[in-house]
Amino acid sequence: MHVVLVLVVVAVGSVLFHFLSPWWWTPIASNWQYIDDTIIITFWITGVVFVAVLLFMAYCVWRFRHREGHRAAFEPENRRLETGLTVITGLGVAAMLAPGLFVWNHFITVPPDASAIEIVGQQWQWSFRLPGQDGKLGRTRVDSIADDNPLGLDRNDPDGRDDVVLQGEDLHLPIGKPIKVLLRSTDVLHDFYVPEFRAKMDILPGSSTYFWLTPTRTGTFDILCAELCGTGHPYMRGSVVVEEQVAYDAWLDGQQRRMLAQQDGTTRQKGEVKAQQ
Amino acid sequence: MVDVPLGVAGVPPAEVEDVELYHPKSWVTHYVFSQDAKIIAVQYSVTALSIGLVALMLSWLMRLQLAFPGALSFIDADAYYQLITMHGMMMVVYVLTALFLGGFGNYLIPLMLGARDMVFPYANMLSFWFYLLAVVVLFASFAVPGGPTGAGWTLYPPQSITAGTPGLAWGIVMMLVSLMIFIVGFTMGGLNYVVTVLQGRTRGMTLMRMPLTVWGIFTASVMALLAFPALFVGAVMMLFDRLLGTSFFMPEIIEQGARLPYGGGSPILFQHLFWFFGHPEVYIVALPAFGIVSDLISVHARRNIFGYRMMVWAIVAIGALSFVVWAHHMYVSGMNPYFGFFFATTTLIIAIPTAIKVYNWVLTLWRGDIHLTTPMLFALAFIVTFVNGGLTGLFLGNVVVDVPLSDTMFVVAHFHMVMGVAPILVIFGAIYHWYPKVTGRLLSVPLGQFHFWVTFLGAYLIFFPMHYLGLMGVPRRYYEMGETAIYPPSAHDLNIFITVMALLVGAAQLAFVFNLIWSLRHGRGAGGNPWRACSLEWQTSATPPPHGNFGKELPIVYRWAYDYNVPGAPEDFIPQNQPPLAGEIASRAP
Repeated sequence: MHVVLVLVVVAVGSVLFHFLSPWWWTPIASNWQYIDDTIIITFWITGVVFVAVLLFMAYCVWRFRHREGHRAAFEPENRRLETGLTVITGLGVAAMLAPGLFVWNHFITVPPDASAIEIVGQQWQWSFRLPGQDGKLGRTRVDSIADDNPLGLDRNDPDGRDDVVLQGEDLHLPIGKPIKVLLRSTDVLHDFYVPEFRAKMDILPGSSTYFWLTPTRTGTFDILCAELCGTGHPYMRGSVVVEEQVAYDAWLDGQQRRMLAQQDGTTRQKGEVKAQQ
Repeated sequence: MVDVPLGVAGVPPAEVEDVELYHPKSWVTHYVFSQDAKIIAVQYSVTALSIGLVALMLSWLMRLQLAFPGALSFIDADAYYQLITMHGMMMVVYVLTALFLGGFGNYLIPLMLGARDMVFPYANMLSFWFYLLAVVVLFASFAVPGGPTGAGWTLYPPQSITAGTPGLAWGIVMMLVSLMIFIVGFTMGGLNYVVTVLQGRTRGMTLMRMPLTVWGIFTASVMALLAFPALFVGAVMMLFDRLLGTSFFMPEIIEQGARLPYGGGSPILFQHLFWFFGHPEVYIVALPAFGIVSDLISVHARRNIFGYRMMVWAIVAIGALSFVVWAHHMYVSGMNPYFGFFFATTTLIIAIPTAIKVYNWVLTLWRGDIHLTTPMLFALAFIVTFVNGGLTGLFLGNVVVDVPLSDTMFVVAHFHMVMGVAPILVIFGAIYHWYPKVTGRLLSVPLGQFHFWVTFLGAYLIFFPMHYLGLMGVPRRYYEMGETAIYPPSAHDLNIFITVMALLVGAAQLAFVFNLIWSLRHGRGAGGNPWRACSLEWQTSATPPPHGNFGKELPIVYRWAYDYNVPGAPEDFIPQNQPPLAGEIASRAP
């Protein structure tokens, strides 16, 4: 009766693998503990169903295997049994759906005190934009994109004057503050994915998408792209550094000063060009 | 229980006279340009299985790359993305859809319903030749400059038609054209299947007496006729974007530093069109598998399928619901987040009829008389893998749980388990089951057992651990996993293990191919009804059935297809065309 044995081994083995294997999610670093909790609920419900179905099958194959003189029972329907199973399934589904929708509502409701940052995906690198002193991100236009303006900031928008643009650098975030992440692409689809944050969202050219999170653990985390964006897709990496407010303020201050110096430099250069003409 | 009038009086009179079919006169019209659904079925099946072997080899190559990055010098990133794209599209459309509907549909619908052939034999023939043309165009894209497209089987724009993706010049155009030809061909076949079920049944074969195989294929065909047009439209629009410069799916974008002359289009519109086809497509593959496996379990457990009417309504409910769940593929696509509430709810509701089907399969085993034949083994393995893959669907369908898992290897593992492994196990089971009807000979049992154990256990060992790579945060569609702090070194070992298993499972398919060819001449003679089954295809006048399927007289149906071990009956099965026995009680299911 190796079939019975294999069915039992598959059921028990899968459960053991689940608990004993070294491959599990990485410790969370954001407020989305709810998501992990919902996954755990789902694992329990589905795990119980999986094991129950397999063990019941194993029992049937053993108990009702063909033997000489054995006959099957003729029973086309059993209304009570079928209704009962349907109701139980409905309850199980509701037990997973209810927390799922509850957390989803939380996921899409950005707290009013969240500060906005912008993440831009381009084949195949990550860029970031932080609002300056005014706390506002300036407008952007695809047609404004140029070598000296890789993110296409609208130079006529005063809100964008003091925006901090980061290319080829790490993104820093303060711990414990809700962040609204605005996502933008100038070429194809991308997806901003930091496994420790759990939250992720596709990035679409032509429109802006968003999600929010509150970092809850300091450290440096890898940024991956999770939406196929061409042959460079697996190499589109970056880092996000979550740090204490003091360290973050110091970093932001340094970036702002660098920006101003750069802008100063470009204005002076343009002035020199004009003077030469 | 319902009271069904039995006896000759319960059979309606013939509505039209039986007319003689137009029989082929030459070898070419008999075997090549054949209008006989059974020959067309074999043509479809052999073509689809051959493509399946090619797709299998493509998967070997990509698994080798994932286990040993860079070891095979000819698989660069471009080639890798071409491999995954072609593997995916081949398997979903050109293998699974074609095999279930074109292969099993053509063979089984007329035979199981007591029809002489499909209602439109000529269109049926054209359907196959269009399919073959689509396949030729698809394979030709391996030979064009730049090779096939590497946009992923979902073909999401703008990436599929902008620089940075291989196959931009020709590959994507060939792919879209091939899909369009496939859809035209399928429409001709699909209309045939639907009309034959509605109009071609023999006397006494009420809808609620049809075997579940026919219910599954019928519902899937209706769905495919409604779903494929969305893909067709999407393909036309993308072709226009690519060739004529329209901007259906193209917003203002910069392609590697250069501003492209597009603007105002919506990439997400394509995703809606694609998944409006793509999600029903999952069930277009699954429903025939559901139907077939129900019949396999019933025949080999010698027991009536449990809860037949629930099974029929579950198939119909799943078919209908599958049209309102498509955006669960798009929870993190950037669509309006409020859609999430609706689509998560519909998606989890569809779990209920699906669960009912699983219960009824195992309840058919319960109190059965289980013969562990090769088809039965595959049916049991189907339940295991389908339950596994279906349950992980509850993770991905539940909107917020999908957020961390979407676009990771968890998704790859889930859909391979549920619409790759599970339906393919049914296909194998079905081939072991019906091969004796097609050829008159049984497939070798030892070879079949070997094929079964390696395929089932190997495939489970490939895809079960793969979920945990995704849970860990490994995205799908990565040319190489690469180094990040969160992947332990053991994750690379797991990748190697999965690849070794994939090679083994692939190699075991040679035993199957050998069995198919060897048994054609050397298999044990099967007789007309080797499994002692009730449904009509086993009651033909000759095996293999001749053109016209049944002898001079079409069978008349007096009962459903599941009269196994009926109390008081002399045998443990009563064929559907057996008139009521003396003293048979007239009060039971259909």
